[in-house]
Amino acid sequence: MIIGESFRQGLTGVLQNKLRSSLTVLGILIGVAAVIVLLAVGNGSSKAVAASIEKLGTNSISVIHGTFRTPGGSSGNVQKDLTVADAIALTDEANAPSVKSASPVKQAGSVSCTYAGTSHSTSITGTWPSYFQTANSKVTNGNYFSNEDVTAGSRVIVIGQSVVDQVYGTVDPVGTTLTCAGVPFTVVGVLEKKGGSGFQDPDDVAIAPLSTVQRQLTGYGSLDSITAEAASLEASDAAQSEISSILDSRHGTTSTNRDYQVINQASLLTTSSSSNQVFTVLLGAVAAISLLVGGIGITNIMLVSVTERTREIGIRKAIGANRFAILSQFLVEATLLSVIGGASGVLASLVISQFQIAGVQPVIMPLSVLGAFIVSVAIGLFFGSYPANRAARMRPIQALRHE
Amino acid sequence: MTNPIPDSHPVIQLQQVTKRYGLGEAQVRALDGIDLTIQRGEFVAIMGTSGSGKSTLMNIVGALDIVTTGSYELDGINIDRLSEDALSVVRNRKIGFVFQSFNLIPRTTALANVELPLAYRGMDRKERRRRALAALDSVGLGDRADHGPTQLSGGQQQRVAIARALVTNPSLVLADEPTGNLDSNSTSDVLDLLQSTHYRGNTIVLITHEDEVAARAQRVIHLVDGRIASDERVNS
Repeated sequence: MIIGESFRQGLTGVLQNKLRSSLTVLGILIGVAAVIVLLAVGNGSSKAVAASIEKLGTNSISVIHGTFRTPGGSSGNVQKDLTVADAIALTDEANAPSVKSASPVKQAGSVSCTYAGTSHSTSITGTWPSYFQTANSKVTNGNYFSNEDVTAGSRVIVIGQSVVDQVYGTVDPVGTTLTCAGVPFTVVGVLEKKGGSGFQDPDDVAIAPLSTVQRQLTGYGSLDSITAEAASLEASDAAQSEISSILDSRHGTTSTNRDYQVINQASLLTTSSSSNQVFTVLLGAVAAISLLVGGIGITNIMLVSVTERTREIGIRKAIGANRFAILSQFLVEATLLSVIGGASGVLASLVISQFQIAGVQPVIMPLSVLGAFIVSVAIGLFFGSYPANRAARMRPIQALRHE
Repeated sequence: MTNPIPDSHPVIQLQQVTKRYGLGEAQVRALDGIDLTIQRGEFVAIMGTSGSGKSTLMNIVGALDIVTTGSYELDGINIDRLSEDALSVVRNRKIGFVFQSFNLIPRTTALANVELPLAYRGMDRKERRRRALAALDSVGLGDRADHGPTQLSGGQQQRVAIARALVTNPSLVLADEPTGNLDSNSTSDVLDLLQSTHYRGNTIVLITHEDEVAARAQRVIHLVDGRIASDERVNS
């Protein structure tokens, strides 16, 4: 009964000062919306990074020729070439049970490809057909090239969607002749669009048989990399160490002076998601500060309200309100402000996250909505308790005398 | 408003009450040994100049403040050592206040103002609404129930305040300069209302400095320097 009464008195208090109440509510609204939206941006960006890594194939392991380490340990070493024989050695079932396949890769960068007078510069990847599965590249139109094409050195090519868009427009490329660096290739297939964010367009690619690329474009030097595939996501760490030990024995190197680098996509995914978590926590912390500021706004406005209504508090006490009745009236008022702010903040954040923010599509975490709402209620109770206590402790005679 | 059932104890019994403010040199004796007994159904006016201690006496009698020494029994209950929350219960159950400046809750309707003491008592809404409307009717403002204080004249506001004081059927109606802010017409309205309340059996203590207001009472007490200077019964 008393609680119901306090609720009505508190609601009246909120409604009596509409402008003041709405400004206070705005403070909480901004805080709550900031927390939810910024967490959603952090979440969205880590989802986007994870998705683009997954598109590259999460089971894939890249062996890259050369070392990025600073000279010192490896200086003076003669770097051995990464060869097709290395790639074949990696598929040895006895030494590398966790490796499903290994495809040698030779890149020809910035090759100008022309069809019917339109040209586009792209990089051509020379490899084996097993590469398509490892790199998660599917042909949607036409066909993959075959192992026979590799053996024969056929001038066939599979192109990405961006190349199609740039060179062909609406023409169906399959069966046409695309001239790259003066070499005519027959287009046999078009890759499925990967899309994605980032600096590199995963669809701006062309893939041809390794032998053809080596003979026509790059020559027979060291491979650029070997793209291996682990038997499963769980086996990728085992596959990585198997690859290292095989290559170490073939190249006569140890872990201190390797002339190659092994990059495991699965561990890359873990690293990127943990760094994204830090980023998300930082964003959330900044937003939480604005929520705190909103809470201080509630204390401020409630103190004003209590001072303004000192006489009213005195009257209420004179006619029989006890401390609890006064306390709960002002607590209800403060909590109403924060709850209205919290609810409208949640609504605002739902609207805002429909739009891209800094190139990231926010993905709302349901827990953050619930959390921000609960926190806003707690803020009302916490930041309202000091002013409400002050009101409850007033002595009736002094309060009545207040002008 | 039925007559309270008569019983043995007086409504107010003050024995050797003193009230001091401050400490040491600066100490002020606002009340200095007051003995006062007011029986059920009396209409008493307490008079005195400003500084005579009548406001302090009103605060003590109204359970808004506690005595320094001496004892105070209200309706047979000794309230000297009660906690602040217990005092608020006593005020709610036993006392109806009428103040000089009306003291209605601002931006709140007359009806809600009159309902408030019943709400703090925990009465359900339907019942308190019924009683509040009856109380407003009894002061002739049944048709103004939905008006806020700013929509009412001074005299009307004071009548709402009287309705609020009477709605709990208190043992004591305590009126502190109830006509101090009113013109002469409203003054006589309010005094008539208090007098008819008295005729219906309520105990009324009226604090005033005006003789014509005090003239309505049966008993007039003069305070000087915190002491009772005279205590006369007037047969009107």
